[in-house]
Amino acid sequence: MPLDAKIPIGPLAEKWDRHRFELKLVNPANKRKFEIIVVGTGLAGGSASASLAELGYSVKTFCIQDSPRRAHSIAAQGGINAAKNYTNEGDSIWRLFYDTVKGGDFRAREANVYRLAQISNNIIDQCVAQGVPFARDYGGLLANRSFGGAQVARTFYARGQTGQQLLLGAYSAMMRQVATGRVTMYPRREMLELVVINGQARGIVVRNLITGAIESHAADAVVLCTGGYSNVYFLSTNAMASNVSATYRAYQKGAYFANPCFTQIHPTCIPVHGANQSKLTLMSESLRNDGRVWVPKNAAEKRPAHQIPESERDYYLERKYPSFGNLAPRDVASRSAKEQCDSGRGVGETGLAVYLDFADAIKRDGRAVFEQKYSNLFQMYEKITGEDPYETPMMIYPAVHYTMGGLWVDYNLMSTIDGLFVLGEANFSDHGANRLGASALMQGLADGYFIVPYTIGGYLAGTTLPNVSIDHPAFKDYSAEAKNRVRKLLSIQGKRTVDDFHKQLGLVMWDYCGMARNNDGLKKAKEMIQELRDEFWQNVLVPGSENDFNQSLERVGRVADFLDFAELMVIDALDRQESCGGHFNEAYQTEDSEAKRDDENFCHASAWEFAGEGKTPILHKEPLVFENVELTQRSYK
Amino acid sequence: MTKAINLTLKVWRQKGPEDKGRLETYDAKDISTNMSFLEMLDVINEQLTLAGKEPIAFDHDCREGICGMCGAVVNGRPHGPEKGTTLCQLHMRHFSDRDTIFIEPWRSRAFKIIKDLVVDRGALDRLIQAGGYISANTGGAPDANAIPVPQASAELAFDAAACIGCGACVAACPNASAMLFVGAKVSHLVLLPQGEPEAAQRATAMVREMDSLGFGNCSNERECEAECPKEISITNIARLNREYFKSRFFSNVK
Repeated sequence: MPLDAKIPIGPLAEKWDRHRFELKLVNPANKRKFEIIVVGTGLAGGSASASLAELGYSVKTFCIQDSPRRAHSIAAQGGINAAKNYTNEGDSIWRLFYDTVKGGDFRAREANVYRLAQISNNIIDQCVAQGVPFARDYGGLLANRSFGGAQVARTFYARGQTGQQLLLGAYSAMMRQVATGRVTMYPRREMLELVVINGQARGIVVRNLITGAIESHAADAVVLCTGGYSNVYFLSTNAMASNVSATYRAYQKGAYFANPCFTQIHPTCIPVHGANQSKLTLMSESLRNDGRVWVPKNAAEKRPAHQIPESERDYYLERKYPSFGNLAPRDVASRSAKEQCDSGRGVGETGLAVYLDFADAIKRDGRAVFEQKYSNLFQMYEKITGEDPYETPMMIYPAVHYTMGGLWVDYNLMSTIDGLFVLGEANFSDHGANRLGASALMQGLADGYFIVPYTIGGYLAGTTLPNVSIDHPAFKDYSAEAKNRVRKLLSIQGKRTVDDFHKQLGLVMWDYCGMARNNDGLKKAKEMIQELRDEFWQNVLVPGSENDFNQSLERVGRVADFLDFAELMVIDALDRQESCGGHFNEAYQTEDSEAKRDDENFCHASAWEFAGEGKTPILHKEPLVFENVELTQRSYK
Repeated sequence: MTKAINLTLKVWRQKGPEDKGRLETYDAKDISTNMSFLEMLDVINEQLTLAGKEPIAFDHDCREGICGMCGAVVNGRPHGPEKGTTLCQLHMRHFSDRDTIFIEPWRSRAFKIIKDLVVDRGALDRLIQAGGYISANTGGAPDANAIPVPQASAELAFDAAACIGCGACVAACPNASAMLFVGAKVSHLVLLPQGEPEAAQRATAMVREMDSLGFGNCSNERECEAECPKEISITNIARLNREYFKSRFFSNVK
């Protein structure tokens, strides 16, 4: 099947308007007859559930946590971008579009990114109307700050808890629809199967995490908003339950998976402290507005930070990228930190850290101003490390944070399975090979509030949907499949715990498919993953029973999927013989050690089709056509 | 500096809502003081699993103090001894070698125990459904700067909106009241001009729902404020009372 992105014709700035006009509409009276399943309640899932229900659709929404408000969007700290130009710096939709395409190292679809920039302004309006308490200036107007990869301040923020406040806005809008009965909420459910009937997504099979019961739910369309797959690395900034299972199961049923090797390593995280660490904590990129990154010039340096004189410090980001300085994009800043540590100049107990120093800014602005901007981040840092960043510089190191890859979707956000829509981080669409800071919140809410409500109507109005209920044999088959899988995992009763396998997989991925990659390492990783997977299915130990609240059983299913998915990531990384954004193959770099793209051979999205268990997936290429921006070597000097 | 400590844990184990439940004793050996409290429980659970026993069930997700999913009563205090700290952000450096630590679930009529330390906090979602929102359908919003909001009001609204919905306030209250939770939401929204039109309706509806869900009333014990991991002030309860009285006596809300 050739990939058709269904990009509307016409000039870039008119595509979305034209498309909205051309999309078929569902008669308002008929909307309630359509049932829509939404999986996940982060910014994408929460905003989609609320908006679809407001339009009148019957929505069933599922989440794995005890409440939809827990979804990991809540942990996003720094902010959300919009092209409002409230700061009068010359920002525009075009500039936000251009920065995002360039930041993504020219591996995203122009039309999608332009639409995202257009919608960005509506999102801020909507959130303010919902009562999101954004930061404001003394006059009562909204305040902005700068983020990486941009030279204008276009980021709206709510202290260091922007994700929390935006998510609570979407959550409260959804709760209002739960009260009206138009959204039915199913918490503590995990999606185990996507039900596809006659080529159309018609429902899901879930496990009730309290009782263990396998439940079936039918619908006219399914919307996956299940986030990214950073936890394939075990240690990441994602929440513990974040997983790839829903999107991987969709992939196995025919949805193509695009660019799985595009992962983002965030430069400013609290460094790893020991073998029993369960997750990594991000320190918002916004700190790079005021913090200066440095390492000692001398690799043998043993003195504490404050005793090292200015002349013996290397502010390497300011030195290498004078125009962007400490606000170089994430992929660039992360690789630079790794370079410094690899050369032996890292700091701290493990040598795997660099300093992020606020001394100059605190001296300039005073502590009070600082507390207003960053108090919760500084407090969080002190809680975790026991050190006070007002007194000593923070120690930071890159950590896996976000995944640009995801299920392939067309301009309507529909996957290669009819009726399966994919929103937010779970899709691959807008960030190319590297996401800019404060753009994830923008994309999740754009997809949920302002795109899928129209495009799903176009699908439903223009499609023949035979009646399907959970009595259809497909639901019985998929439920049996899900149950068998659960039983099989429980019956192995081996000698190694689930986490033990997950940690080992994480190390393989971090070492060979992490910040820097090479062909030999990737080939080796592929073999190691296969061996580990074989051992897993012989030797994993899951305590407890199936008809119970069993957290080990929840985790083992997710790790089983990560073990399959990891191989797909490696296959994709091996296929992409270039460097771009977060995918850095050591064989392809410029003289200054920057990522060197190969636009002649790799200016495409790689969409992988599942070919069956144990078979090599089939590659489909969606060529990326740039009609409005010129492909250049990214430079932040 | 990293060091290792040995602890005795007394953990509440309960198979399900019908089970009576009991405290069980576990030795936690060689625990690094850099670990978080939940990482310490991870270590115990790995040991229990390898010994053929069922691990301790506990809720958790983001592990950075913002999702509100984790929480247990540690030595009699929700989220443990550190002020303004969720259980996942409590680090073992705050404990000493050979300490005994009691770990129990939230206890409240409105939060049924599901298993071990896991409770059902669905009642908090139902409180929000009763009125913890501004009715602003997607699409109709005016420009974000059309209505200026005084910075001080926005900051106060934010302080209230920082609630993570963990339920520690309910667990801490001798009456198992949800007044701090409801007070925080009512305050967040009424402090902003956008939330004003529905203020009267919201206050009455949320208080009624709170009563019907089996939460107790407030008798000014201030335990909620003391234990709130986000240090939400009880002035929000005073504001809720004010809004409730305004709603009952000076509005058309039935």
